[in-house]
Amino acid sequence: MNIIVCIKQVPDTTEVRIDPKTGTLVREGVPSIMNPDDKAGLEAALRLKDALGAHVTALTMGPPQAETVLREAMAMGADAAVLVTDRAFGGADTIATSTTLAAAIRTMDFDLIITGRQAIDGDTAQVGPQVAEFLKIPSVAYAEGIQLEEGGKSLLVHRRFEDRSHVVRVKLPCLVTALSELNAPRYMTPGGIFEAWREREIRVLKRADLPELRDDEIGLKGSPTRVAKSFPKAMKPAGTVKAGLSADEAADEITSCLQAHFVL
Amino acid sequence: MESMNNEKTGGVFTFAEQVDGELSKVSLELVGKARELAGGLGTSVTAILPCAEMGNMARELVESGADRVIVIAHPSLGDYATEPYAHAVASVIRREHPEILLYGATSIGRDLAPRISARVRTGLTADCTSLEIDPETKALRMTRPAFGGNLMATIVSPNHRPQMATVRPGVMQALVPEKGRAGTIETFDPGFTKGALDVEILEIVRRAADTSDIGSADIIVAGGRGVGSREKFALLEELAGVLGGTVAASRPCVEAGWVEPSRQVGQTGRTVRPKVYFAIGISGAIQHLAGMEGSGLIIAVNNDETAPIFSVADLGIVGDLNEVIPRLIQKVRAAKAG
Repeated sequence: MNIIVCIKQVPDTTEVRIDPKTGTLVREGVPSIMNPDDKAGLEAALRLKDALGAHVTALTMGPPQAETVLREAMAMGADAAVLVTDRAFGGADTIATSTTLAAAIRTMDFDLIITGRQAIDGDTAQVGPQVAEFLKIPSVAYAEGIQLEEGGKSLLVHRRFEDRSHVVRVKLPCLVTALSELNAPRYMTPGGIFEAWREREIRVLKRADLPELRDDEIGLKGSPTRVAKSFPKAMKPAGTVKAGLSADEAADEITSCLQAHFVL
Repeated sequence: MESMNNEKTGGVFTFAEQVDGELSKVSLELVGKARELAGGLGTSVTAILPCAEMGNMARELVESGADRVIVIAHPSLGDYATEPYAHAVASVIRREHPEILLYGATSIGRDLAPRISARVRTGLTADCTSLEIDPETKALRMTRPAFGGNLMATIVSPNHRPQMATVRPGVMQALVPEKGRAGTIETFDPGFTKGALDVEILEIVRRAADTSDIGSADIIVAGGRGVGSREKFALLEELAGVLGGTVAASRPCVEAGWVEPSRQVGQTGRTVRPKVYFAIGISGAIQHLAGMEGSGLIIAVNNDETAPIFSVADLGIVGDLNEVIPRLIQKVRAAKAG
């Protein structure tokens, strides 16, 4: 079985801070990481490989330095890695990104594609379903459990919704989007790290390697959406903060506040 | 391009999401917002309702602001499945050429909308918290949090129609239903055939029903890492009990297994805007603030005076929650009894 796992290198948004003076994002020193949902997707693929044997390829699109997450994926156990990178792909929104990824995937053999549900820098959850649509294969979003069925022709996926889960059967080839809750990803092994950084090759796909793509469907030009503006979030005016009160005084403060707002 | 240009203006459309034959709350919020946007464009509001049977749902949509409801009733549309839903909604888009199409940013909407955006090749903006019509260009300006809530971005889709957005539940206001409001209800059959994209639903496992949904609670007592343990959440349960509210939590508590995921407030959880929000032992990471700062009255208790939660709190108490909350419970009880 051939499994492709789509991963993304993202800034660790929990480390992003706003400069209180300028109101802009402070990105210096913010570490880049493998997107958490994608890492769970990779782990799910590696577990299928451990149990049944599979060839796992990590795929990413991004600037040349996104190579790092591919090395990390190989150090965790991925068999191969593909980097889709070209200035022509830059500035892509989700539609242009998934068009490009789908074109890259068409050059590869696959039975199963796993993506994370969403990336922590964009939080859109769009690229997985869009890639599946462009490849004309079924997709199952929000997997909290994935099992290969006997015969190896279909998957059972536990698909999470707000108040329920659906247990669904989906025929291969298909695409599944993984929740972080799916599993606890393994660590890279020292041997794996050495091999991934020193010995393994990454296949690079440039614009010219994907000739079926038209210029009007990739990069900024191929993106239906545009960012009109971005701005720091407006904070509401500060309220009252009281320190040094006894527990009794503090409870009184809260009670009077609730009474003033007719809650009590 | 397969995309639709905007010569025809088919009005403002919403995807009406139903679960178990009942409209999701966000479906009515979308219709309410669509009314406002349609006003700015001088056009009408149409709700698309895929379902097994329409029941009273189409009527409810009209009473909440839809001028027209397109009902697509078919057995394969009872429980949500990506392909029959995508086929139903994409068929309506191809027939009606909407100017705008809104979905709830629910598990269903966030799966369906991207599938459709690829099918009709148009743009899609996720998890919007604000939507407005540009007075000059008449374009839809879609604003959403970016970078984990650190920044807001306004997105436009200049040349592709429909302009599509998913909208966070609890952010837009539903209109007060107007009994007997006029509106047309029509049915549409796009034809359904089983195909390679279909997925078979074998079983539906409902999670233990939440006694109270945090999305619709008026009073939320939320705890954070500072609460310290699963056992200590009992204190918050008790406070919520005397106030008639419900308990919620920040992400670390859910990850620690103290509180069930359906009660998580924040960027990766739910957006809530209750009348009163208690933040107890919550430091106030920006991802948490993104999910609760629209609350009416915010009361924070934290022993760290530098906690960012105090910057959004209407009333902040720097103190030990283990001392303050038990006293507060007593006083609220006394006030209720008096």
